[in-house]
Amino acid sequence: MTPRRTVEVTVPFDVERAESLRAGDAVLLSGTIYTARDAAHERLAGLIAGRLPLPVDLRDQVVYYCGPTPPRPGRPIGSAGPTTASRMDAYTPLILDTTRLRGMIGKGKRSAEVRAAMMRQRAVYFGAIEGTAALLGACVRDAAVVAFPDLGPEAIHRLVVERFPVVVVNDVHGGDVYEEGRARYRRDPA
Amino acid sequence: MTIRTIAAGDITAAVRDLCITVNHRMGEDMLGALRRALAMEESETGRHVLERLLENAEVARSQWYPICQDTGQAVVFLDLGQDVHVAGGNLEAAIQEGVRQGYRDGYLRPSVVEQALRRTNTGDNTPAIIYTRVVPGDRVALGFLAKGAGCDNMSRLAMLTPADGREGAVRFVVRAISDAGPNPSPPLIVGVGMGGTFEQAALLSKRALLRDVGAANADPELAALERELLDKINALGIGPAGFGGRVTALAVHVESRATHIASLPVAVNLDCHSHRAGSVIL
Repeated sequence: MTPRRTVEVTVPFDVERAESLRAGDAVLLSGTIYTARDAAHERLAGLIAGRLPLPVDLRDQVVYYCGPTPPRPGRPIGSAGPTTASRMDAYTPLILDTTRLRGMIGKGKRSAEVRAAMMRQRAVYFGAIEGTAALLGACVRDAAVVAFPDLGPEAIHRLVVERFPVVVVNDVHGGDVYEEGRARYRRDPA
Repeated sequence: MTIRTIAAGDITAAVRDLCITVNHRMGEDMLGALRRALAMEESETGRHVLERLLENAEVARSQWYPICQDTGQAVVFLDLGQDVHVAGGNLEAAIQEGVRQGYRDGYLRPSVVEQALRRTNTGDNTPAIIYTRVVPGDRVALGFLAKGAGCDNMSRLAMLTPADGREGAVRFVVRAISDAGPNPSPPLIVGVGMGGTFEQAALLSKRALLRDVGAANADPELAALERELLDKINALGIGPAGFGGRVTALAVHVESRATHIASLPVAVNLDCHSHRAGSVIL
């Protein structure tokens, strides 16, 4: 996979912007994103199932699968790389269908059910590089816990990011960077 | 023979420092492996990822950001000399206190919940996992892994049969990495433990991660197996961060032990491109 182009995207963004993004695009995200990982997803799904209001309106927003390290004094946040997205797959179709969430940032493959829900709801899955957590943390200008503070690093944080580097892994048209990249460099006969 | 006394507080201090150092300063062995990978990677995106990993290591070191936000579950390998007397406290408590202080003072993430099905964060990254061996001599050696979970989750164990043999073991290891794809954050360090019983194979595969990255097994047959596995893994095409490329693993470390006439256990433990390991001898 060679990034075809680098695109600047401001978050939140709408369906039309989502449709303009293609698998393989290098994207610099600026604006507001929300962290949520395993425990926060379990709670969000519980609230949705109970028809209760969510603590954050996720329409057209981007959720970041991330549990950051605590900030050193004078910094908004510590290191902040992505965690494995597939652990959120069990909750993601429900969340996409009920909140109109527009994007997710994580690392690793998504299930067929999630990819179908993304195409249905016109949502994008971005990949970030986990081993660049320090560089990603340095792109965060402001951070605040906005829900589930008892979860510690798994609480929902609102992050203000500036030119936060990601790659479009799954676009709304069915493109998949992991499959395309691997096919290009695969040498095994199997 | 004399008994050497080591203060429990010195062990606490050593563990505390290991937690902080390992999470901020990537080892020279790992940096060298990433630089060699950069020289051989054909994918432009793959090279970009490797450059960013090296830049991240530099920012982590110079600006005191943890290398990765998953600062790991603390896994401590304690080799306790049989001529050592630990004074002034309980040995295990001293290690746990070192982890508690290290994760607090180093602004590292508490990533441990109290029990598999009661998932309340313990708040200080304890308990650490401690593996103890009593060894000859009057020294205490502490090995340390800040073990990320994304790659640990992609690890695997199989109770193969003697008939599966070398070929079966190779197929199983390569398959584990192929199935994991981008999830464990390649390029990887691959620890393989073979032989023993179910649990010994798993522990061998984890201990294999402590070896200097790319150092070959002293047994020439196992060293050849390591090279073959590395070639086959790097033919998968997964590449840096899973975006496609030649370098899916930086090193394969195989450990093998005596086993039962009926058994061929094989365990694969993966460590990610933020591999963090260290050791100290007291």
